[in-house]
Amino acid sequence: MSVASSDQPNPSKTGFVRGIIATQEGIVFTLAVIAFVLFSVLLPGFLSAGNLLVLVRSVSILGILALGMALVVIARGIDVSMIAIMVVSVSWAFVITAAGYPFVLALLIGAGFAILSGVIIGALIAFGDVPPIFATLAAGSVIYGTGRTFFFALEMQNVPVNTDWFALIGQGNVLGIPVTVIAFLLLCALFQFILSRTRFGWMIYAMGDNPNAARTTGVPMRPMIVAQYAISAFIAFVAGLILASSANAINARLFNSTMIYDILLVVVLGGIGLNGGHGSIRNVILGTVFVGILLNGMTIMNIDYTIQNLVKGVVLLLAIVADSIVNPRDEQTSQAGDL
Amino acid sequence: MKTIALAAVMVAAGLGWSAAQDRGLENPRSTTFHTSMKDKKVVFVPLSMGFDLTEGWAAQMRKQADRLGYKFEIRDPAWSTDAGTKAIQSLITEKPDLMVIHNPDIQSYARLLKQAQAAGIKIVQINLESNTTTDSYVGADWTEIGQKAAEAIVDKCDKGKGVSTKIAIDTGVPTAASDVFQLDGIYKVLSQHPDIQVVSQQATEYNPEKARSIMATVLQQHPDLCGGIGIWDNQDTGTASAIKEAGKSDQVFLVTSGGGNQVGCDNVTKGLFNLYISYNVPLQGDLLNQEIARLLMSDSPAGETKTMYFNPLTLITKANVNQRNCWTLDELK
Repeated sequence: MSVASSDQPNPSKTGFVRGIIATQEGIVFTLAVIAFVLFSVLLPGFLSAGNLLVLVRSVSILGILALGMALVVIARGIDVSMIAIMVVSVSWAFVITAAGYPFVLALLIGAGFAILSGVIIGALIAFGDVPPIFATLAAGSVIYGTGRTFFFALEMQNVPVNTDWFALIGQGNVLGIPVTVIAFLLLCALFQFILSRTRFGWMIYAMGDNPNAARTTGVPMRPMIVAQYAISAFIAFVAGLILASSANAINARLFNSTMIYDILLVVVLGGIGLNGGHGSIRNVILGTVFVGILLNGMTIMNIDYTIQNLVKGVVLLLAIVADSIVNPRDEQTSQAGDL
Repeated sequence: MKTIALAAVMVAAGLGWSAAQDRGLENPRSTTFHTSMKDKKVVFVPLSMGFDLTEGWAAQMRKQADRLGYKFEIRDPAWSTDAGTKAIQSLITEKPDLMVIHNPDIQSYARLLKQAQAAGIKIVQINLESNTTTDSYVGADWTEIGQKAAEAIVDKCDKGKGVSTKIAIDTGVPTAASDVFQLDGIYKVLSQHPDIQVVSQQATEYNPEKARSIMATVLQQHPDLCGGIGIWDNQDTGTASAIKEAGKSDQVFLVTSGGGNQVGCDNVTKGLFNLYISYNVPLQGDLLNQEIARLLMSDSPAGETKTMYFNPLTLITKANVNQRNCWTLDELK
């Protein structure tokens, strides 16, 4: 061992550096650290505890949605219907409450609607063999259209009155930490546990890595696919509740915004490949925090909206280009397919 | 004898005249008014249906169309400027008598509106102007809204008045008429008050959650923020909730504007908005209907005379939130 070390001076150090820049995760981590250090030095107040909490808090809803997306993406799917499910299920729950029904019952109906939507989408993919991108894209429009036509006339729904406890979800603090951040961290822990410690989680990796092999080794593919979309739909509902609680209202117009791409940005930037089979909750946290650092820094610098979008785009491109340089596409990826 | 006969005739005629008066006088103009618009067609192209402003105007336009017997249709582009452009293009070939246009920004529809008028379609623009002036514009003067908002802020935050002279501005979408003209109004006033510092000016895409997180960040950087100007009440529920969460409701004076929907008014009552500049959707709807009727009755060709009317603004504070200033969609329907 000593002979080997003398041949290669300081192998652990070069290994560490190479390990960092050899993966997209490592590159994004490095970029995040650079941005963090630069902002800490250049922007007074960036490093304050209050600002860091605001930073994490402002992206934790995005992070929660990204958890649901990550689960589906690791299993080689994609769910672009999440925003539609989020805004329709929560808006409908508020409308039902406004019509005089108990708030808790309305929330249960909203959750039921979200899960049912997820199950139907999952069934379309699992039993109808519809490609996930098309199934969820179409389902998103159907769900939003159904909501706007039958459930509510106005896009903007305020949080029902006399539901003070509900405000705590999005606006409360426990020991100075916003409940939203705690919810994000708890859900991260739960998803990490599911993915790394349960049979369900292992099967998700197996499905994403090689669907044919997973099927032949006895993974119940169809029920698994239905379950994944039901989970991501439910996560969308939970994120919607937190969002509504923190802003005092939910705006169904979010369906037309770039939020679904922001979720994908978090997932892909964090290092979960769209070709499935790899990645973990660590990647979601990394992606979320990096997007948070960028948005927070740019808000403090009072950077114009158009330039903010430009910066986000350039960073994503840089990450992807750097990834293709250090991880050239090989035979395996070209066979497995890459979105 | 002759005199008696003459008197009798006169009395009889008088009776006849008064009998006629008892049954009223036919107003030929009423009949014309009620029949002249029959079978005409009016089409509304909003930014999108489904929010308080467009639903409110549409409810009122539909009511008048039912009363006066003309056809009323809505082509909903659902926030897509592209879909809106296509809708107007196809309407130019369909040739309705009048189009009511709600512009996503000052440029996108400008050329199409000229084409439509050249094709003989009269055009009323509602609340958001384009660069092209048409037969009529009814709506808020966004410059005036900006000036009123800035004056209120100056009143609270100019040197020696508030906790500091720092203010934040939350805009919506940078190219909309509401943004460009309102910002001009704001800065016209602020240029007279050099002590006021704008510490943040960010676009929220009308998203309350984004507005909330921007204001939360700004308050971290500037805990002594004195005031905020938001561009739309629907987005500013988020701005207000960030201020409330930071425990600074008494310190940060928040001005917003909107159509005067009850939901916005409730936020004034709750103390979330300190000043709500309302452009009063029911009033705009009435003015819009008046312009539609006027143009449908007029024989002059499309684009011949161009008029505009900036409707009065209502400044709503906790002191005057009431039924007269605020409305619900059900009341308009």
